[in-house]
Amino acid sequence: MSRLADALAPLGLMLLLLGAWEAACRLTGVPAYFLPPPSQVAVAAATGLPVLVSAAWNTLSVALVALALAAAGALLLAILVGLSPLLERAVRPLASALQVTPVVAVAPLILIWAGIDHPERAVIALAVLVAFFPIFSGAVTGLRSADPDLERLFDLYGAGRLERVMRLRLPAAVPFLMEGLKVGAGLAIIGAVVAEFAAGSGGVRGLAWQILDAGNKLQTDRMIAALVVLAVMGVAVHAGLERVERAGLRWWRGR
Amino acid sequence: MTPATVALEEVEVDYRGRGRALGPLSLRIGDGEIVALVGPSGCGKSTALRLLAGLEPATRGVVQRAPGRGETSVVFQAPTLAPWMSAAANVALPLELSGTPKPEARARALEALERVGLAGAGASRPAQLSGGMAMRASLARALVTQPRLLMLDEPFAALDEITRRTLADDVLALWSQTRPAIVFVTHNVEEAAYMAGRIVVLTRGPGRIAGEVRVEAPLPRPAGFRTWPVFTEAAEAISALLAKGAEVAP
Repeated sequence: MSRLADALAPLGLMLLLLGAWEAACRLTGVPAYFLPPPSQVAVAAATGLPVLVSAAWNTLSVALVALALAAAGALLLAILVGLSPLLERAVRPLASALQVTPVVAVAPLILIWAGIDHPERAVIALAVLVAFFPIFSGAVTGLRSADPDLERLFDLYGAGRLERVMRLRLPAAVPFLMEGLKVGAGLAIIGAVVAEFAAGSGGVRGLAWQILDAGNKLQTDRMIAALVVLAVMGVAVHAGLERVERAGLRWWRGR
Repeated sequence: MTPATVALEEVEVDYRGRGRALGPLSLRIGDGEIVALVGPSGCGKSTALRLLAGLEPATRGVVQRAPGRGETSVVFQAPTLAPWMSAAANVALPLELSGTPKPEARARALEALERVGLAGAGASRPAQLSGGMAMRASLARALVTQPRLLMLDEPFAALDEITRRTLADDVLALWSQTRPAIVFVTHNVEEAAYMAGRIVVLTRGPGRIAGEVRVEAPLPRPAGFRTWPVFTEAAEAISALLAKGAEVAP
């Protein structure tokens, strides 16, 4: 009974808010281009559904490609850094500097470098940039998280550096890598959206472009519908990765 | 006197810039000898153990070690098994790291698990083993290479009394098969008197030798050994040396 109530509570709140919104729009007579009622947003979403779905797929595929590239690059760099403390000291300040620089500020430059003809490359590059750091710092921390006594065991039997990385540090880092991937995936979506905004109409025709385009035409209902699709997509990706993480950790721990 | 497996001569270890952790200490461990290192917390017992195992260098003094690479094994305070590997893979690890082909390493790991009473547990993950079983797997990992020198760093500290006593007898029974030299660190006086032929008592940090106690009785211990006068006398002598060692000004 209480589980059912737990499940129904957020749904109830949402219905209540939507009802209040609908009522407020009808009672005050606020113009639809300023604030459309939820019923009008629903109609816009239903009629524009194929466009919205394909836009969502465009954004999602950019985010996933960026996530894969960021994960591969971050893991490789983390392993190299793990093999050489000097390289780590060299990389750290640069990495921090890039991390704190807002992606919107870097976007125009990346757009020029990627070539005005290939804005989709710029969008992917910007999403990679955002997703890279949580995965990288998770991997660096994880590669250092092996039990010191297990490290001593590897000393005792004369294991080489590469063997130590492959058989001890990398497997020990798995929980940190999963956490980094989860955070990185969320940021890759944000990165892809921000990059689409920066790239403007020439870029990937994803959800951000839908929002921009609808905004330019004062189609507020389409804007909100695209926002809702974006939120649903973010929640779904997060939930999916949470499941992958749980299953991965169960395998890693053996229970 | 049996030939020395490891010998420390006037050895000192400094903390990095924070004064002395251990020594000066002179100690020799004979082939096949079982020696207990007993002392108060922070006296440098574990440092001494790492020194004897060759895992840590001495700041001053001479460390002579007869065992080559792969001939020293260490059992740590915690079982220290890799959670992502099966028990058998954990036990096979030292062999594989020393270059033994995988199938042979796995076969010997299963044998070693059987010797410590874990036949059939090879496929289990460490998380599926009880504390005592995990410690046995850790012991199997240390014995699988048939070491000349076996180091135990307070290996039973986290276990209950009954498991501790069973494991103490098991270690002695396993010792009698291949007779490696054993050095084990403990702060449990009775455990030291029960398991070791010689007990070296250290002063409080930086640890020096407060004195030695020998237990002249057969190993492995006969049934009811804890009621023998030689056992109770040894335990009293160790306690007395510990009390004396605690008074020594650092």
